[in-house]
Amino acid sequence: MTTTVTPPETSPARQDRRSRLPKSARAGGTLHGGPIAYAILILFTIVSLFPLVWTAIAASRDNQRLAQTPPPFWFGSNLFKNLEIAWTDANLGEAFLNTTIVAGISALTIVVLSTIAGFAFAKLRFKGRNALMLIVIGTMMVPPQLSVIPLYMMVAKLDWTDQLQAVIFPSLVSAFGVFFMRQYLLQALPDEIIEAARVDGASSWRVVWHVVFPAARPAMAVLGMLMFVQTWNDFLWPFLVLTQTGNPTVQVAVAGLGRGYTPDQSLIMAGALLGTLPLLLVFAIFGKQIVGGIMQGAVKG
Amino acid sequence: MTTRHDTAAPPVKEGGAAPGRPPADAVSEQEVKRRAKLSRRWQRDVRWSPYAFVSPFFLLFVAFGLFPLIYTGWASLHQVELTAPTDMNWVGLRNYTRIFDDEFFWNAAKNTLTIGIISTVPQLLMAMGIAHILNYKLRASTFYRVAMLAPYATSIAAASLVFVLLFGRDYGMINWALDVVGIDPVDWQGDKWPSQIAVSTIIIWRWTGYNALIYLAAMQAIPQDLYESAALDGASRWQQFLHVTLPSLRPTILFTAVVSTIGASQVFGEPLLFDANKGASGGAEHQFQTLGLYLYEQGWVNQHLGRASAIAWTMFLILIVIGIVNYVISRRLRASS
Repeated sequence: MTTTVTPPETSPARQDRRSRLPKSARAGGTLHGGPIAYAILILFTIVSLFPLVWTAIAASRDNQRLAQTPPPFWFGSNLFKNLEIAWTDANLGEAFLNTTIVAGISALTIVVLSTIAGFAFAKLRFKGRNALMLIVIGTMMVPPQLSVIPLYMMVAKLDWTDQLQAVIFPSLVSAFGVFFMRQYLLQALPDEIIEAARVDGASSWRVVWHVVFPAARPAMAVLGMLMFVQTWNDFLWPFLVLTQTGNPTVQVAVAGLGRGYTPDQSLIMAGALLGTLPLLLVFAIFGKQIVGGIMQGAVKG
Repeated sequence: MTTRHDTAAPPVKEGGAAPGRPPADAVSEQEVKRRAKLSRRWQRDVRWSPYAFVSPFFLLFVAFGLFPLIYTGWASLHQVELTAPTDMNWVGLRNYTRIFDDEFFWNAAKNTLTIGIISTVPQLLMAMGIAHILNYKLRASTFYRVAMLAPYATSIAAASLVFVLLFGRDYGMINWALDVVGIDPVDWQGDKWPSQIAVSTIIIWRWTGYNALIYLAAMQAIPQDLYESAALDGASRWQQFLHVTLPSLRPTILFTAVVSTIGASQVFGEPLLFDANKGASGGAEHQFQTLGLYLYEQGWVNQHLGRASAIAWTMFLILIVIGIVNYVISRRLRASS
């Protein structure tokens, strides 16, 4: 089971040959989008954003209004009231704190461990390197969900139900992170710099600290964000070991609102909105970097 | 584990007393020993540090990935109840025969397959189209890219709950819109195909933008001259897409297909929350119960962890088969190109 994606050759310096071509013959990135392209894109953007906007609209109404046709298209006056009730009902304050702790620890650990391991795979020579890298890639293909039963038995035995470490530990395994950092360091870290540090007598750990970490910083930031998002949105495993009333993460709390015995739809929407807002803010601020990171990981993936 | 700065083989300054390199016999015996020791340490460092660097990942992986996966196989041969997860009684293959005799297992397997197809195929096709458009020179291109990632930032829980409302039979926006254009309301939860389409829609909505970015990245890496020579040969834009873009994207397409397939085999949260009252059964008639949901129902609702393990291992074996098929296809692709 290997990933079969070979990195496409990076384009050689783009020649200026295209300037000789008639306009109609140009293609790819040099073509300007026409009105149809814009229309499709705008439509797609609307479809992407509409459910989120409508979450806010529904959260600003009340249950009666949501049980009428046509459904509301504009904001009502209950937004802050509903947000407040959902916040208390779903235990969201604690859930936010818990999720921040879990996602923060998890993202930080994954970034550091992946950078070190990625560096070894990218730049160091050792016996079994290729075989071990194949194992890393293979593990990316095995979804963690298949392991939940023994993990659950472990948690039960350790009495970790409703404790955050039950969620943190299994989330620290990220083959993707190792792969991502390896691909980045392969090209971002010139061998000469490592050689130079070596000649100066730096030990491997010093090389990691003084050469690898500084060089890897942009990729570490992107990986950290991706892992934070992933852990923040993790559903199945937290749902199995944390309870809504005990020590929930945001996802468990929000899902609990939907499954609870308060079928007040506007409140459920308020909870869903609150659970999504922090990440949307992160994406609004760092969107460009995240997009860049995903695309970067993709080409070299 | 720090090594002193002066351990490296190349010139070592000798206190500055003698200019240039001192003759070898001028170095005291003690100094020779010290250097030998440092050099040994140096070699040890070069030889073993790579293993130290990769070991944290592998230790974590063994503890929380490999061991549980294998232990799942072991547990699947036992009767284990949720109420006493540490009591295991050997039952051989009985868990497997039980689930293979259960019509709901086959139902869940079929649903997983159909939901997988309904969610993956349109998703990847749309992502390809969007990526192609994004590859044009556009104004505000970053805005579109970030906006189409918003669903990816939305959690399964939040997304599912919103779509439950949008797909509501009586007051949902989608049925209202259908009514406006003169189509009868659809029972998006109760009927089999509509419910599977609705669940798939949640998945499509969350992942299309993400996959579009991946395709876009691969498209941008295609050398421009390939298009130029195609254009000089008189290929239309559509022909360029067919004969230049698609072949170059083959590895990426395969990659996204594999990732989506694995994701589709694990679908859990969306159907669980799509009918919150029915929960694990995936609709009143199990019409959208996936294997993931069936596993959860057996393990955590019916409390048979052993049987749930058998389901997990069956899913694992299915994935291995998919992996082998993928491997064979990709080898063929490589051989042909």
